[in-house]
Amino acid sequence: MNAPVPPIAPETDAPVMRTTCPYCGVGCGVLARPDGAGGTSVAGDPDHPANFGRLCSKGSALGETLGLATRLLHPMARGGDGRMARVEWDTAIGQIAQAFGQTIERHGPDAVAFYLSGQLLTEDYYAANKLAKGFLGTANVDTNSRLCMASSVAGHRRAFGSDTVPGVYADLDEADLVVLVGSNAAWCHPILFRRLEAARAGRGTKLVVIDPRRTATGDEADLFLPVNPGKDTVLFAGLLAWLADHEALDHAYIDAHTSGFAQALASARAMAPDIEQIARETGIPTADLVEFYTLFTTHERAVTCYSQGVNQSAQGTDKVNAILNVHLATGRIGRPGMGPFSLTGQPNAMGGREVGGLANQLAAHMTFTPADIDRVRRFWRAPRMAAREGLKAVEMFEAVAAGRIKALWIMGTNPAVSLPQAASAARALGSLDFLVVSENVATNDTVSCRPHLVLPALAWGEKDGTVTNSERRISRQRAFLPAPGEARADWWAMAQVGRRLGFDEAFAWRSAADVFREHAALSGFENDGSRDFDLGGLASLDDAAFDLLAPVQWPVRSEGDTADKRFFANGRFFTPDRRARFVAPMAARLATEVGTDVPFILNTGRIRDQWHTMTRTGLSPRLGAHLPVPFVEIHPSDAAQLGAEDGALVALQSAHGSAVLEARLSAGQKRGALFAPIHWSNATSSNARINDLVAAVTDPVSGQPESKAMPVRAAVLPVRFRGFILSRAAVADLPALWWAKVAVEGGEGYLIATDQEPDEWRHHAAAILGTRDYAEYVDAPGGMYRAAAFDDAGALVGAVFLSPGGARASWDGLKARLAARTLSSTGRRHLLSGRGDDRAAASGPLVCACFAVSTSQIDAALAAEPGADVQRLGQMLRAGTNCGSCVPELRKLIQRRAPADLATVGVLA
Amino acid sequence: MSAPLIVIGNGMAAAKFCEELANQGLGRYSVAVIGAEPHLAYNRVLLSSLLAGEVTAGDIELRNRDWWQARGVTLIYGRPALSIDTERNRVNLADGSSLGFSKLVLATGSHPIRLPIPGMELPGVMTFRERADVDALLAAAKPGTRAIVIGGGLLGLEAATGVAAAGARTTVIHLMDRLMERQLDPRAGALLKQAVEARGIEVLLGASTAAIEGQESAEGRRVAGLRLSDGRLLPADLVIVACGVRPNADLARAAGLDCNRGVMVDDGLATSHADIHAIGECAEHRGQVYGLVEPAYDHARVLARCLAGRAAAYEGSITATNLKVSGVHVFSAGDFTGGAGTQDIVLSDPGIGLYRRLILRQDGQGTRLIGAVLFGDTADGLFYLDLIRSGRDIGAQRADLAFGPTFMTDFDTAEAA
Repeated sequence: MNAPVPPIAPETDAPVMRTTCPYCGVGCGVLARPDGAGGTSVAGDPDHPANFGRLCSKGSALGETLGLATRLLHPMARGGDGRMARVEWDTAIGQIAQAFGQTIERHGPDAVAFYLSGQLLTEDYYAANKLAKGFLGTANVDTNSRLCMASSVAGHRRAFGSDTVPGVYADLDEADLVVLVGSNAAWCHPILFRRLEAARAGRGTKLVVIDPRRTATGDEADLFLPVNPGKDTVLFAGLLAWLADHEALDHAYIDAHTSGFAQALASARAMAPDIEQIARETGIPTADLVEFYTLFTTHERAVTCYSQGVNQSAQGTDKVNAILNVHLATGRIGRPGMGPFSLTGQPNAMGGREVGGLANQLAAHMTFTPADIDRVRRFWRAPRMAAREGLKAVEMFEAVAAGRIKALWIMGTNPAVSLPQAASAARALGSLDFLVVSENVATNDTVSCRPHLVLPALAWGEKDGTVTNSERRISRQRAFLPAPGEARADWWAMAQVGRRLGFDEAFAWRSAADVFREHAALSGFENDGSRDFDLGGLASLDDAAFDLLAPVQWPVRSEGDTADKRFFANGRFFTPDRRARFVAPMAARLATEVGTDVPFILNTGRIRDQWHTMTRTGLSPRLGAHLPVPFVEIHPSDAAQLGAEDGALVALQSAHGSAVLEARLSAGQKRGALFAPIHWSNATSSNARINDLVAAVTDPVSGQPESKAMPVRAAVLPVRFRGFILSRAAVADLPALWWAKVAVEGGEGYLIATDQEPDEWRHHAAAILGTRDYAEYVDAPGGMYRAAAFDDAGALVGAVFLSPGGARASWDGLKARLAARTLSSTGRRHLLSGRGDDRAAASGPLVCACFAVSTSQIDAALAAEPGADVQRLGQMLRAGTNCGSCVPELRKLIQRRAPADLATVGVLA
Repeated sequence: MSAPLIVIGNGMAAAKFCEELANQGLGRYSVAVIGAEPHLAYNRVLLSSLLAGEVTAGDIELRNRDWWQARGVTLIYGRPALSIDTERNRVNLADGSSLGFSKLVLATGSHPIRLPIPGMELPGVMTFRERADVDALLAAAKPGTRAIVIGGGLLGLEAATGVAAAGARTTVIHLMDRLMERQLDPRAGALLKQAVEARGIEVLLGASTAAIEGQESAEGRRVAGLRLSDGRLLPADLVIVACGVRPNADLARAAGLDCNRGVMVDDGLATSHADIHAIGECAEHRGQVYGLVEPAYDHARVLARCLAGRAAAYEGSITATNLKVSGVHVFSAGDFTGGAGTQDIVLSDPGIGLYRRLILRQDGQGTRLIGAVLFGDTADGLFYLDLIRSGRDIGAQRADLAFGPTFMTDFDTAEAA
């Protein structure tokens, strides 16, 4: 098994395991120390080069997400009666082998498919890819990474001939200008953003943020450019032309290492003929355009980081290339402090790309050329190689719906929530002849799609293998907890199926290390520098060395070749002529334009403290406290036109679906633009699965859907009552017309809306709370109802609160009571007031999730020390001193209190 | 120089009146107070506490002798007034003396109601009204004594708690279907019954008394039991009649002043005789008689101002009831009957014996509190009473109202008071 690293804290002899965070693509090192009693303490690994000891709010809360209450612990198969029942792993493996084997026999190999995840380890990905592409004969292997960074892959491959991230994180430390495009890094890549903030403080690095909405990241920028949705290519075409006009091009680099520049420049000039035209199209004021272009021209050490705002677009690949163009044209690539930098969303999107876990890749950064196919066939000794690209995610689910794919294996992802037109995807899943889902959790929207088989997968802390972060750094995820129930590694399950199908030798791995060595060997197989991805130097690691493997950047072409590397400073691209390609983007436009019936453009994305469909982060009360309900951000003027106050419920409707979300008024939104988070599902809310609304329209090159520009209409949903339910136990069948579920300390919370009268809720409350000792507050004419139930010890076990009107209800005073195992008699008497015992301590929304610091604590500190800045607040309350992702919010709170600064804020907004 | 002013009655109303008059116009009158009871004025409200042994006799004295002296008040106690000569403005005392007055204030209080049933005269049948009653009750209520209290109102419950605390096996019989029905709604009444029973006191509701039965003993014929109208006989060594009080208007009535249930007074607390006033429980104002200290104090304040030559008018009192039984907190104020045009807010937690009902009236002018019934936690009672009296619009604080002033945001409680 794994060799534990030496304990970092000498005062305890509990074993500490070095591992890697399972959230975003930054790939932070984590020190995990299980306490042996079900809990685990988590800290940043000071020696990991991605984070040097820091963790963000999500990473810090990992210890709160390791409970087994929601886990799937045994293989379950659907019986003749339609119910799921436990089966032996052996039976389950046999069912899969039989179903996939028979489907291929009857309908051909492309009737089966694998839908994978950027959460899988590289070894799992490798096993799936090998099984499908070498032994089943299909390239129908795609992944949720398609929804995340496929456009970056495609852009890289078009420009570089390979899917290569040229730079390293250290470039952020050494840059003089950092441009963030379509990236809310302050929330979504907080540790990298901290690194950037440190550079700004240390060397005065300038920060430009380009985003249709002013996010927490935009708030921190030296220059914020509120680009119109879909117009990034115009902005960067304009930059390319500006660079040419201001003699800022690196002609030597262009001449020596690239091709296609002249056409690209001509195209850019046509797209962005003058600054006024660019300003009109992008919506960015001329002066700001000039400032940005000038900054870029005068700062050679410039890094352009881009993320989902670029990728999740029907023109995402063009956007990537428009960015790559300016770096190629200035030769600012692969040198310290400069280069284009794709910030990956998932912990192992990069690892998936490396093994070929995308339908249009073969394996180890090889493609479907005859030479590559032959090479991989020989390496694998594969009997049935896939000969052509498979179906990309959206196409794959269309094929499922059309009945062309009949057997599907989903692993580690929740497509019924995350795919565009999610409801259609969910319906399609229900029509499969055979659906198997490998999962951590017993229920989610995908598991609700009537799979024939569900398999218990190992979760973070249990599984063992490698992941690759955004800077090509491979780190170990190590097991520090025992496998619960019958949970097994995904690579193991697939290997068993391979063996059951008769491929004993090809799937004889005994360990993740075996898989990794084979993967490394394939990457180095007949490589000799011809492919960027090469782990040949790690192919002969023994088990002990694999266990102790320190974070290492690829390529590792030979043993001991572990230094950090950048690519392309001296050209040597992976195109046939080793030259990079300039790509002229198509005319910038959105796939679907707004119209009179759908006048708003809906942007979707992540929030600071949640991850994907919340099956893990949703377990943490701390993380749930920041933004507890599904919401839609809307410009105050638009809200006023709709008649929506802050907190009102707003119904969004697109051509494909609807959602009901809480309005959050934000001057950071453009007029006519909305933003809603992606995280809520039918498991966590009545009607907030945002991808139900998003059209399955994709980029023609990358196949990535346009997730950030969906035309919708919006209307206030009038409700008579709003409120909440707190309960130690989960509540089934909520009798509310709208609800959202939130983890709270000591139980579950539900924010609800209802049209039913308090008198009806008296009955519901009795059913929800049980017929035990409970207190009630009834003001039927006033539309108020409150009830609270107590256990034998007098502690709160549940509460129901309802108020009239459309405003959101505050539960801060009650939440803490659910966690407490005791309640004083005074506390009980005041409980239904909805306030805490000590009114001064009534906490308000959480700002700093790491140290649980609330708005009211911050307000109190600022009242006590009016001049306090972010740093001082950190000293006083620790707020913002860990992950720092709340620093923008802290700054806002400080500004809100300082009248002198208000004018400035107003101008910026 | 000073005009002679006589106060008949030496209770709480009289003491308050003397205090107010001294504040308003010291020296204008020479004041004499005539009391029937042989004590300095005491706090009648605390008699139940005295009975319960929670305070001593000294504790309940309202003012000491020096206080009265300092205000130039002549105290004549233990000598009841026998009659009023309204022609000559004189009061005749039991010792045959008489005193002239320019102003007379009747503060004669109430009589306990005695039931028109056989056996009321028997030794062992007592009332609970005066200090002497406390001494008698304490002498009678010994461990093992069987005591029956007739009346489940405020006074009856306080008497029952007192004698029970002294060791008597106590039963309260009450004509109505709930305790304190004039102050409490059915839910509060039920909670109160539980709380009273929890102290080992038996409560019989809907029980009407037919007779007090006696039996011969060494000390002569005395009380032996209580016969209910359903025929049941409850054995008893002690029967306390606490069925309420009636205004003591005896002197006024005899003097020919206009009387109804009490001595009728106008908004200046004047009787039908211009020089004679009545305050406290003996007075009847706008058809209303009060059995509580708060209105009596209101009377005293208004009358003192009037007699000091200042403008003042009494327009009635909104009363509140506070049951003084330690550990049982009951408060009631205003109109709790509800009915058309009113709205209820109810906060209840039976598990800890808490109940709170607020009665609101909502109209074009806003939302006002018109009544409050509190059980279990009465700390906010006076706050609600002030809101009822002030008629303030509490519409904006409605959601927090039931939790009292501590929980009412943006509400200046000083303004309410």
